[in-house]
Amino acid sequence: MRINPDQIVFWQWHLGDWGVLNINATILFTWLVMAILVIGSRLITYRLSSGMHMSRWQNLLEVLVQGMQTQIRDMSEQEPGRYLPFVGTLFVFIALSNLLMVVPGYRPPTSSLSTTTALAICVLLAVPIYGVAERGLSGYLRKYLQPTPLMLPFNIIGEVSRTIALAIRLYGNVMSGTVIIAILISVAPFFFPILIELLGLLTGLVQAYIFAVLAMVYIASATRAHPGKSKSAGDEDVSTLAQTTEDKYK
Amino acid sequence: MTDLGLIAAVSIVMAGLTIAVGSLGPAFGEARTAAQALAAIAQQPDEANTIARTLFVSLAMIESTAIYCFVVSMILIFANPFWDAALQRAGG
Repeated sequence: MRINPDQIVFWQWHLGDWGVLNINATILFTWLVMAILVIGSRLITYRLSSGMHMSRWQNLLEVLVQGMQTQIRDMSEQEPGRYLPFVGTLFVFIALSNLLMVVPGYRPPTSSLSTTTALAICVLLAVPIYGVAERGLSGYLRKYLQPTPLMLPFNIIGEVSRTIALAIRLYGNVMSGTVIIAILISVAPFFFPILIELLGLLTGLVQAYIFAVLAMVYIASATRAHPGKSKSAGDEDVSTLAQTTEDKYK
Repeated sequence: MTDLGLIAAVSIVMAGLTIAVGSLGPAFGEARTAAQALAAIAQQPDEANTIARTLFVSLAMIESTAIYCFVVSMILIFANPFWDAALQRAGG
């Protein structure tokens, strides 16, 4: 059993001195998901109507975009305008590539560590870009010195470790789904793998939601003017949440 | 016992131990989180949306510790670097 879709190679091109170009399952299915998203959205938005009658596909897209806008507004307490393209794309891409898992022969590209690392690096780069655009370079860099300059190394370590956690979380969840299905097929075929696939649909969607939410939370914590004033989230959020609930129940 | 046999035995035992011990803590944590969230929703049903959203994010963060352990045990079983190195040295 191969747990890494990078190792399933479909074509090989020999490019002379430049080495070999492998088209593996990860690349192929990533481009497939991208093609479905781009062509589908283009076809749907080709004829948009603003009247009472609209196609059901337009309805689907409107529900999706509006849902993401409300979520971003709730999460960051800012207008979703400029965050929607990035965070929404992350959500839609991960969700579709996880949901297609029910198609036979398809390997989700998110079950490869390469894909999830690329997505996590996108988030790592997007945080300073949005932060600098919103608050200026000095305003953004000053966040690293809070609450005291002594915390500078820990802030930098936190930045790196949360990126790694983001990548491994998505990879581990999706990969564990495929591994468990493969093991179950060899132990108890036909019925139980289907149940696990249904569960995989749920966890796939939840993981896409969580990836997008965490990306938004990281961006929001970099762009917010007064850190710590409103509810801050991220790894610290869990501990503060636990603490406040504990205080309440004492 | 040969080197290869020793590496295989230690890897298999440690893979089982990793996932067994590593899933204990997150299991307790998730149970506690879910119980607290249920109590909070029962107290304030109006805030159910916010609580559920924070609950999902917290659960994912707690669960990621177990997922790390799972990844490590999968590496130990399916992509063990020590096993590959020992095989290479035995072959070459």
